[in-house]
Amino acid sequence: MVEFALPKNSKITGGKTWPKPAGATELREFKVYRWNPDDGKNPSVDTYYVDTNDCGPMVLDGLIWIKNHIDPSLTFRRSCREGVCGSCAMNIDGQNTLACTRSMHDVKDGAVKINPLPHQPVVKDLVPDLTNFYAQYASVEPWLKTTSPTPQKEWRQSHEDREKLDGLYECILCACCSTSCPSYWWNSERYLGPAALLQANRWVSDSRDEATGERLDNLEDPFRLYRCHTIMNCAKACPKGLNPAEAIAELKLKMVERQI
Amino acid sequence: MQVYRWTLTMALSIVHRATGIALYVGTLLLAWWLIAAASGPAAYAHVQAFTGSIIGRLIVFGYTWALMHHMLSGIRHFVWDLGYGFKANEREALTWGAAIGGIALTVLIWIIAYAIGGGR
Repeated sequence: MVEFALPKNSKITGGKTWPKPAGATELREFKVYRWNPDDGKNPSVDTYYVDTNDCGPMVLDGLIWIKNHIDPSLTFRRSCREGVCGSCAMNIDGQNTLACTRSMHDVKDGAVKINPLPHQPVVKDLVPDLTNFYAQYASVEPWLKTTSPTPQKEWRQSHEDREKLDGLYECILCACCSTSCPSYWWNSERYLGPAALLQANRWVSDSRDEATGERLDNLEDPFRLYRCHTIMNCAKACPKGLNPAEAIAELKLKMVERQI
Repeated sequence: MQVYRWTLTMALSIVHRATGIALYVGTLLLAWWLIAAASGPAAYAHVQAFTGSIIGRLIVFGYTWALMHHMLSGIRHFVWDLGYGFKANEREALTWGAAIGGIALTVLIWIIAYAIGGGR
């Protein structure tokens, strides 16, 4: 459903400003979304001051610094801190990206504003519940499907066929693209979203896969694939520089091509 | 939703839809004009008086823009559906092109219309 405003219990109210660290010369202001499922209160935006001389350059470094030095209750996901795992995906300065690869110096004017990925249920603070997102990924059946007899050794693939997977296999499933998509905001129960569709195209494009027809049949639906209106937020958001919008357009083309 | 910073392509996507809806309403005006023309000079003069007024002209001007913008934006979507123009600079250029082109064409049409004496 189209939702322009937040439900009543999700309205952001007030927020605490934490004291500036003593003795710091260079400070950066962070405004971070907070919500605790246990205290029964509405979400708020807390203000923190990070000592940039004592802290790495990335937004994630700032969050870890806050957790270590100011507020240990601040909750967020992180793991690899180098853009490989996709755990620290969040909305920074109005755009979805990975906190570990976005420099706080690239966030212009004023505070670094951090929110969880949009239009997903919040577990706590910056941690979204991505159950639906992962279920949609599972629904494209992201594994090699074959009917012909298994070869003695590996399934062979030419260099040219392998190149067709470039720009698709690199996806780390961080959900930045899907949760940047207005179509996905309104229809996430029925529209698969850019990430799952890019993965669908990854398997449709694989020369070794023998279930291409089946895979396309599964997408032949007014919502699953065709809710994409080429809004292009996905391609703009992707922290790996991939282009889900283009992958979706390729899928739509393949749908048409197989009918002629 | 309120936290997401507006992107150009996102704004133009919703404008495309809005102009599409506006075109439905505008087509009703066109139908009214045609029906009036068919039903006699009195009814036709009535419509002419309305479209000649300032508000009427504004509406027709808006209709022209909606038509031109929707057409160019539609071409943009057509290019994308053919699988071209997905690089970052290409999609921004296409989108700016549709936005500016729509306004430019509208102004141009009205200048021509007034020049050949449609404005009387």
